[in-house]
Amino acid sequence: MLQNKLSYAFPIEASDFTKAGDAAGKIKKILKLAGLPATVIRRVAIIAYEAEMNIVIHSVGGSLSLDLTSTRVEMASQDNGPGIPDIDLALQEGYSTASDEVRALGFGAGMGLPNIRRNADHFCIQSEVGVGTNLEVWIDIGVS
Amino acid sequence: MKISEIEELLELEPLNKPQGTDPNVAGGYASDLLSDVMGKAMADTVWITIQAHPNIVAVAVLVELSAIILANGVKPDQKTLEKAKEQDVIIYGSNKSAFTLAGELYKAGVLGVRKQE
Ligand SMILES: Nc1ncnc2c1ncn2[C@@H]1O[C@H](COP(=O)(O)OP(=O)(O)O)[C@@H](O)[C@H]1O
Ligand SMILES: [Mg+2]
Repeated sequence: MLQNKLSYAFPIEASDFTKAGDAAGKIKKILKLAGLPATVIRRVAIIAYEAEMNIVIHSVGGSLSLDLTSTRVEMASQDNGPGIPDIDLALQEGYSTASDEVRALGFGAGMGLPNIRRNADHFCIQSEVGVGTNLEVWIDIGVS
Repeated sequence: MKISEIEELLELEPLNKPQGTDPNVAGGYASDLLSDVMGKAMADTVWITIQAHPNIVAVAVLVELSAIILANGVKPDQKTLEKAKEQDVIIYGSNKSAFTLAGELYKAGVLGVRKQE
């Protein structure tokens, strides 16, 4: 197993739908190379994809980070605004402020944050309007 | 069933078909919501959709889908094809509707499967 923590960071641009999903793809590749179980990789892929898409769709830009330890996968996202006014509301299944244009592309189903929470063993989201949003999740690998 | 058999049976038009690959197909999923596919579709299945933008390739890679089938004669964006080539994602097109494609797949024994919570 890994002895040390491996850390990676991925900058994410706002509104760039062509590159959207690339960071999640890179994270997945790293976990595959690390030989993690398929079930863990799938959960991480869902979380990374949804976190990345939220930065692309809803924020002015930010980044995603991955920290791999011997016992768990840690991921965090941060962006530079606009922040979420009501987090409880944002966490509700089906709630979305995405525009009609973005919805027509199949985004904005309001399933992102619920899917992230469902697939995480530890989930923490903090947001300040005018400042930004921070998300922190852990996925236990299931081996020690 | 192999994707090549499905291509023949449903008379699909190959839009991106990497050389030397003929993945197995263990089932299918139909949806136009990316989060839904990301959360529910299973690896080694075909995905029927009318979304044609580059993000479908990212989803196909993340879920490890066997192939994407674009229904209703929808044509992929140029960027979508470029991304699919880069990442070896198989994309087919068809003039048939999602309903008809799913029906034909079902008849051929390719059933709907989805991830259980
Ligand atoms: N990084 C973010 N910055 C600002 N708002 C966000 C961010 N992430 C999520 N939100 C808000 O939370 C809502 C719900 O998010 P989510 O469950 O991912 O659904 P969706 O992205 O489909 O709208 C979004 O519509 C948006 O209003
Ligand atoms: Mg979202």
